[in-house]
Amino acid sequence: MNFEYAAAPESRSVAKIDPVYGHFINGNWVAGSSHFSAINPATEEVLSSISLGTAADVDAAVKAARTAFDKSWSKLSGRERGKFLFRIARIMQERSREFAVLETLDNGKPIRESRDVDVPLAAAHFFYHAGWADKLEFAGVDTTTAPHGVVGQIIPWNFPLLMLAWKVAPALATGNTVVLKPAETTSLTALLFAQVCQQAGLPEGVVNIVTGDGSTGAAIVKHPGIDKIAFTGSTEVGKLIARAVAPTAKSLTLELGGKGANIVFGDAAIDETVEGIVNGIFFNQGHVCCAGSRLILQENIAEEVLEKLKRRMEKIRIGDPLDKNTDLGAINSAEQLAKIYQLTAAGDAEGANRWSPNCALPDKGFWFAPTIFTGVTQAHRIAREEIFGPVLSVLTFRTPQEAIEKANNTPFGLSAGIWSEKGSNILWATQQLRAGVIWANTFNKFDPASPFGGYKESGWGREGGRHGLSAYLKGAAK
Amino acid sequence: MLATRSIKTTSKAWAIDTAISMVDLTTLEGADTPGKVQALCSKAFRPDPTDISVPQVGAVCVYNDMVAIARQHLDAIGAKDLPVAAVSTAFPSGRASMAVKLQDTEDAIAAGAAEIDMVIDRGAFLSGKYIEVFEEIAAIRQVCGERAHLKVILETGELVTYDNVRKASYLAMLAGADFIKTSTGKVTPAATPPVVLVMLEAVRDFYDLTKVRIGVKPAGGIRTTKDAIKQLVLVNETAGPEWLNPSLFRIGASALLNDLLLQRMKISDGYYASPNYVTID
Repeated sequence: MNFEYAAAPESRSVAKIDPVYGHFINGNWVAGSSHFSAINPATEEVLSSISLGTAADVDAAVKAARTAFDKSWSKLSGRERGKFLFRIARIMQERSREFAVLETLDNGKPIRESRDVDVPLAAAHFFYHAGWADKLEFAGVDTTTAPHGVVGQIIPWNFPLLMLAWKVAPALATGNTVVLKPAETTSLTALLFAQVCQQAGLPEGVVNIVTGDGSTGAAIVKHPGIDKIAFTGSTEVGKLIARAVAPTAKSLTLELGGKGANIVFGDAAIDETVEGIVNGIFFNQGHVCCAGSRLILQENIAEEVLEKLKRRMEKIRIGDPLDKNTDLGAINSAEQLAKIYQLTAAGDAEGANRWSPNCALPDKGFWFAPTIFTGVTQAHRIAREEIFGPVLSVLTFRTPQEAIEKANNTPFGLSAGIWSEKGSNILWATQQLRAGVIWANTFNKFDPASPFGGYKESGWGREGGRHGLSAYLKGAAK
Repeated sequence: MLATRSIKTTSKAWAIDTAISMVDLTTLEGADTPGKVQALCSKAFRPDPTDISVPQVGAVCVYNDMVAIARQHLDAIGAKDLPVAAVSTAFPSGRASMAVKLQDTEDAIAAGAAEIDMVIDRGAFLSGKYIEVFEEIAAIRQVCGERAHLKVILETGELVTYDNVRKASYLAMLAGADFIKTSTGKVTPAATPPVVLVMLEAVRDFYDLTKVRIGVKPAGGIRTTKDAIKQLVLVNETAGPEWLNPSLFRIGASALLNDLLLQRMKISDGYYASPNYVTID
């Protein structure tokens, strides 16, 4: 018998990568003073050289954004702004393969995810917000319809293009201009997006992209010419930003970490649940702020679920992210891999039981096998801290009340999942859970019309939907 | 997540031959004649008359009254080990008295059917009379005894929900089915991948509980090699490679066979042949 699966790699030739990139300021490419490397995490190959943004670069970008706001963008009607957004959305769709391949090269995520999730959803965000641009007064938000002015946006590396879309689309639809900094390890799709802005004929200075590291982000946060900061990233950095912004007049929205509880009741449809658990924690290598990283199983079915979960995990294919068969790609950076190693080592040290399927990992690049820890208690670090990798902590419960208590017993509150065939279980649990997004019998479903955000230390404000619009309009709660 | 798995070169060649050997080559029409059935039998034995390396199919599947004709013709052309499957129990609706259903089955076996494809009583199932469904399957099982393999058609297109498919799968397995089969081919939707997935999960779980392997037969709507290979990937990843065998997985089809043959020629010759190079029986 011979029933081996063959590799089906997507051609990387569709993505053109320049050897060196500058910043995109005032509609032009501005060379940076120093550079750092963009690395393909699956191979450690250097893809390009990226400019490290300085305070002066940020200042130039803010000035360009201010001028654009005063001179052109705020003068346009909502309908005209909407046209630009529609144009951007269509160009993103037309160039979707290019975006998908570039995202996979730069981020390490499987091509199937960049192609089927990241890029289509990013375009959908532009389409959705394009529709709102001329209807803000009917959006029913509890704010004025006046934009803040210049917004500084700092985004993470887990969904580089999608997070850009979540930030840029509502900002432009509401009439703001933008200074955006992509994450240090994933600048390339943002820079391709800059080309899309040029192609769409967006007035210069409306979108400015300054690449760089934490120091560049700090320069944006501190810049007095910025009216609002929007940040997606770790809770740790979010707290720093909140402190920095507190004594200023800047508005702030934060979308931070999570430790999502995926609760499985005894009456759940087991096979469907197992798929949902896999999707919840292994989607995007677990680099998902709303990942279902804590599996909370009712004890009467725990054994069966774990057995089936392990069997399912053995089928997960790890490897070349450009291969269309790949389920689990590369960890985004050496730094993140080290963090996953550190936290999983703490799991071992604190007495949890580690299990991974027997799978070969590539020699080069940053890789981590899908892993589950059983015998985890609330006291374990792996139950409390965000690992942001393909690592699932499994806890059990006896009564529904206990499940809720465990699920809520965390400083985070971004997402939760409920698996039950009984509607009353689901409705009851939804009312008890302190989480911004709750999925029932599914996981990791996103839509531009659905507001996304967290309770507690998972963030301030919402992104997406009508609620997300109000964050970019004056008079919104800080 | 299992949406994409690519099958190429030697694996594809293997998959095509395996799929051919899994086909239950079927004709179930009011217009069936002895001539039509005999032609089908010849095709089943030698799918490609110009290439003897092509395996014979899994079985020939016909109506009750054609069983004897099929059996005689197969024996006459030397295909003694190619079984005849008969659809039974008032196929496709199942709306007849129990006496008729039992006699229908007995007749088919007496005429030489080695496999019985029975239909469950969907009316009884949908009104919650599960015991009735179970007992009916068990009674047919008893008629079959050791003489014939029993395939139980759930008609998933009429059961509609996956919960029902799962429940009916268990009823059939517990009542003694050798195979569970999706559809009669007379109702759409038929063998959709999600339905087959649910049934494969059911046989996998049943094996875990009992160590007995029950076969699965999707039927209806599988027309291309691509469809068939998708089914094989589902089998491989869900029930496991043990099921990649005609004794545990069959595909009820008619048009599929010629597409498999064309793809097989493409692999050996390097180009797509005209459809005129495969026979239309």
